[in-house]
Amino acid sequence: MRHSVLRSLTLNGEPVEVSFAPYKTLLEVLREDLGHTGTKHGCELGECGACAVLVDGEPRLSCLTLALECAGRSVETIEGLARGSQLHPLQAAFADFGGSQCGYCTPGVIMTAKALLDRNPSPTRDEIREATAGNLCRCTGYQQITDAIEDAARQLREKKT
Amino acid sequence: MLRLPWFEHRAPRSVAEAAKMLAGEGPRAMLIAGGTDLLPNMKRRHQAPQVLVSLSGIPELRSFSNGSATRYGAALTLTEVFQNPKTPAALRHAAIQVATPHIRNMGTLGGNLCLDTRCNYYNQSYEWRKAIDFCLKKDGEICWVATASKRCVAVSSTDTAPALIALNAAVTLVSVQGEREVSVADLYRNDGIEYLSRRPEEILTAVRVPGGWQSSYWKLRRRGSFDFPILGVAAALRFNSSNEIEEARIALGAVASRPFLVEKAGEFLKGKKLTDEVIAEAAGMVANRAKPMDNTDMDLYWRKEVADDFAGYALRELRGDDMRETRFRIARQLV
Amino acid sequence: MKKRFDIVGKARRRVDGRSKVTGQLRYADDLFMPRMLFAKLLRSPHPHAVVKEVGIERARKHAGVHLVLTGQDFPVPFGIMPVSVDEYPLARERVRYVGDPVAAVIAKDEQTAVEALGLIEVRYRVLPPVSNPEEGLKNPEPRIHDYGEQGNIHRNQSYEFGDIEESLKNADLVFEDLFFYEGNTHLPMEQQASLAFVDADGKLQIASSTQNPHYLHRQLARVLQVPEAQIRVVATPNGGGFGGKCDPGGHEFVVSKAALVLGRPVKIGLTREEVFYVHRGRHPVLMKMKTGVTRDGKLTGMHLQTLLDGGGYGSHGPASTFYTGVLTPVTYHYPRFKFEACRVFTNKPACGPKRGHGTPQPRFGQEVQLDKIAEKLGLDPAELRLRNLTKPDSLTASWLKIGSNGLAECIEKVTAMSGWKQRRGKLGKGRGLGIACSTYMCGAGVAIYWNKMPHSGVQILLDRSGSVIVYCGATEVGQGSDDVLAGLVAEALGVEIGNVRCVTGDTGITPVDLGSYSSRVTIMAGNAALQAAERLRATIAGVVSETLGTLPDRVVFSQGKVFAADQPGAGMTFVEAVALAEAALGTLSAVGSYSPPKPPGSYKGAGVGPSPAYSFSACVVETEVDERTGWIHVPKIWIAHDIGRALNPTLARGQVIGGVYMGLGEALMEEQSFRRLPAKLSGALVHRAPSMLDYKSLTALDMPEVEVALIEQEESDPNAPYGAKEVGQGPLLPVMPALANAIYDAVGVRIDEIPITPDKVLRALQQKDKRVGPQSFPAVPYPEPTFVLPPWEDGDGKETKRDAKTAVV
Repeated sequence: MRHSVLRSLTLNGEPVEVSFAPYKTLLEVLREDLGHTGTKHGCELGECGACAVLVDGEPRLSCLTLALECAGRSVETIEGLARGSQLHPLQAAFADFGGSQCGYCTPGVIMTAKALLDRNPSPTRDEIREATAGNLCRCTGYQQITDAIEDAARQLREKKT
Repeated sequence: MLRLPWFEHRAPRSVAEAAKMLAGEGPRAMLIAGGTDLLPNMKRRHQAPQVLVSLSGIPELRSFSNGSATRYGAALTLTEVFQNPKTPAALRHAAIQVATPHIRNMGTLGGNLCLDTRCNYYNQSYEWRKAIDFCLKKDGEICWVATASKRCVAVSSTDTAPALIALNAAVTLVSVQGEREVSVADLYRNDGIEYLSRRPEEILTAVRVPGGWQSSYWKLRRRGSFDFPILGVAAALRFNSSNEIEEARIALGAVASRPFLVEKAGEFLKGKKLTDEVIAEAAGMVANRAKPMDNTDMDLYWRKEVADDFAGYALRELRGDDMRETRFRIARQLV
Repeated sequence: MKKRFDIVGKARRRVDGRSKVTGQLRYADDLFMPRMLFAKLLRSPHPHAVVKEVGIERARKHAGVHLVLTGQDFPVPFGIMPVSVDEYPLARERVRYVGDPVAAVIAKDEQTAVEALGLIEVRYRVLPPVSNPEEGLKNPEPRIHDYGEQGNIHRNQSYEFGDIEESLKNADLVFEDLFFYEGNTHLPMEQQASLAFVDADGKLQIASSTQNPHYLHRQLARVLQVPEAQIRVVATPNGGGFGGKCDPGGHEFVVSKAALVLGRPVKIGLTREEVFYVHRGRHPVLMKMKTGVTRDGKLTGMHLQTLLDGGGYGSHGPASTFYTGVLTPVTYHYPRFKFEACRVFTNKPACGPKRGHGTPQPRFGQEVQLDKIAEKLGLDPAELRLRNLTKPDSLTASWLKIGSNGLAECIEKVTAMSGWKQRRGKLGKGRGLGIACSTYMCGAGVAIYWNKMPHSGVQILLDRSGSVIVYCGATEVGQGSDDVLAGLVAEALGVEIGNVRCVTGDTGITPVDLGSYSSRVTIMAGNAALQAAERLRATIAGVVSETLGTLPDRVVFSQGKVFAADQPGAGMTFVEAVALAEAALGTLSAVGSYSPPKPPGSYKGAGVGPSPAYSFSACVVETEVDERTGWIHVPKIWIAHDIGRALNPTLARGQVIGGVYMGLGEALMEEQSFRRLPAKLSGALVHRAPSMLDYKSLTALDMPEVEVALIEQEESDPNAPYGAKEVGQGPLLPVMPALANAIYDAVGVRIDEIPITPDKVLRALQQKDKRVGPQSFPAVPYPEPTFVLPPWEDGDGKETKRDAKTAVV
């Protein structure tokens, strides 16, 4: 009965096959079976947002996503965000504007912000706060997170034009 | 790290297949859609199904149609529901205020309707519950909220149900025996344990929402996100050409084990115009029916006390008052 | 001191920024090793019980289980403070709160370990629980601990600086108020985790999310009976600490022991609920505050009484007890001051140090009471504060030495930013402004254990590559301690910050630093780093001065260049200078150390409160309060913080806003509170909300915009590196009273307790006295005070007989 299962999915744009105990959530499989520890966890109950990743482009909580149900889907994590050695504008802005202090909520917030900017390249500060309202942070008071996302949005817009 | 117990996972491709699996497995199986309610509960060992029948791979549950009524497949996510321009205001207000953006991307409309009732003595880990020798809802003998109560008083915490009750919506339930439609109001029982009239072998597949209502939903919670409602007031009105109310439905959530319609207030409003006095009287009637218990966040007397204010907000908004600033202060988001 | 800085004061990316945004930074739970096993703890379901028997046979036989440990495996207790070594990694005879660890299973995976925990059979004899300090005072038996002052009183103390009764008698008005501050917890995003293993040299190594690797190191040696030199503690970057990772935790001893027994790596990661049980957070404190004031608004004295709910263990409690009093007279001049403090054991998770350690509670009372005084005297609350400020380079009645003091400037700045004078009282119904101030230490003046050694040590290594490596025991908990070290060293050596690498928090490699607590890193590790860097600069200057044709003290290090002060265009690169020095002198390295100045007071107890410097803050909060519902909205907060000098303004601003955030959360909603079930039916005493959902912390949507002013001083505080003072804790402190005062300004109600919730506001609005807060203060058997004369009454900083002062006055 208690066997591992083998599933294929796309992780940060690359196909992977992974074998895992079927009770595991995407969070556990990413960290424990795929070695991607960039995705963090703060509660494992959907109450903090630290484990947010993108599944088919949408921010989801990996702690409440069955890994089994990710077969065939595309998962993006913080490890896959940079382009080569170049930081993604969100990453650069978080580092430059103090959006990251202890850094523990950072991967979840950045991935959430990426989905926001993919959908809405010019969010207002209120829209940024709404999009990140599911990511608790105990260090920053959120203000510099909002600053960082605002700046990254500006940089991404400038890049496009 | 908190982990799920072992289980078997089934991934049916159609409602019929799912219904068959559910009937075949019997009580050892549970349905899973978004998982945002069930999986935390499983991690805390409230439920330990041996089989999970997943509804996420069934295309027909993700359909949407729009005629004289709108019809939502039950597995549409809450994000999809509130982003849909056809969604009536009350349902939009409700869906957009559930939990967090991430959870709204995962959690489904059907899942929110079937949300397990909640209680401070229940939504805790197995070890915590052991420290109080468990409670009536799960594994114990005593209801710690009302120690004399023979009935579990866990609180209904769904946001979308009061909105849908006000909108006079109905749900479709499908099992191997066939299909039936029940009103959302009749989906619930005032019992913290057996809180749904859905039979265990039935699958909630769709929600039908009749059109023609002007509606509003106001939610009380401590923070701008994450929190379940500790009071929800939904109002739906139909006006005639002279701005009198033809039909009114006001529903309350999060003040009992079920969401319910406050018929008296609806009757009272019929034929009236929304003057300040009428709003105050109707709001009073709504508040009278709010009987919060000490089983969720914040002071229960206070929750009772502000119920008429929240009913008033909803009615004033439907009168056309500019409630945006109040809404922003209460909801803390641009609903 | 040089006037122009290359790096200091310039906003820039923190040195560990990149690793945090790429997911590369490894926190403790991100570490995996071959053959690693996993530990889980069995915790007590009873608040107070005798452990009769722990049956582990079934668990031991469970497939996949490698080891089961119980209290019998740990005969030696631990405790962060030498005066309260009262805790075992796993309970031996007694459990003292729901969640007290009793046994541990080490298994092949967490799932298996959890299953095996269910197979452990513990027999308890349940004892009556003590749920709060009042109960603890009333019921001396059964004692929760067999040590302490008496009954269930853990610590009890009294200090009087000048005759307080006389100062109150001579006042025109005396204000007496009761305040209560509910407990709350740190809630770091990272749940504690530890990985222990026997390293290649056969030594025990533990990588752990700890703020204080040095103290953990000492305690591990004690508990495991292993020499310190055989243990290496690596503090992994903490995903937030806020004081919650200062105490050694039972889990750290458990994995260490298991790794030694099994010879395999053993990891533990606490669940969020367990983090609430480890706690060591804000003490719930009941306060009675009696303050005398003259008609023209001069304070004459304060008599402060506090009662602390300590929880089940000592933890930092002896210090916390002091801190509910000692920093009170640092913001304002009290000619006389008396404080009595009592900490009672209760059957709840132990309280300890949380950001502001022991001081937010009395600060709240003090600042709200000042608001009441100002109103009564018809004074602007900002003006009342300005009239009573302590002076730079002065002593308090309690013999604390204040160095630089920018509080006046903070008040002026924050009132200007917020439009205080123009807007206060003119915002209309339901809207208000409130002001409050505070101060905090830049490092505790005395180590937790008595010793004469430095508080911080830094070693810097240079070589011909031009890279600079800074070794220090300081621990990065998110506050930016690595960035402080790198910034100071880069500035002193005139190199690019990207060429500086910090190796920190590793007792196997780095010189001792006491840890990341009491806001001590900037001044203590910073000064040690500067000393080491300046020594290296002198060494290099001595070698290259001849080549440069100048005197050693005329050699300038700046922007990667080394040159003579009068020939900035000439000179050599830093790399060339290092190569010359290395060729002349051999391998280049220098160490620096820091010991804080000796405090002026010498009475017993004078060691708590002194600090090399104090930071100051002033805060204005704006509120909108709905009088029908009591609903509180905070649209904006302004804060000015006297930081002395901001080494990295981006980071400093972040610390300020983060402090405001945490303060506002405490003010509005954070509560570590407990539920006692009906005693007739149950003995349960459980945490109300041990989860991220139910323990309410502000989300992005609940947090207003904060406008920050960093107040810097032209004249650097001589005790601070380039004048830089703390910023990690101080800015939290004025937020709670500023909110309370703003609510009063908005709707005229006094909420004399924290948190301030809408139901309390509404209740106060409905009450005759327009107040919600504690109604009484219990009879606490405080001891006879230690009597010390203030400096201005010809005191000498020593305890004296009370009647001695009559001879003096």
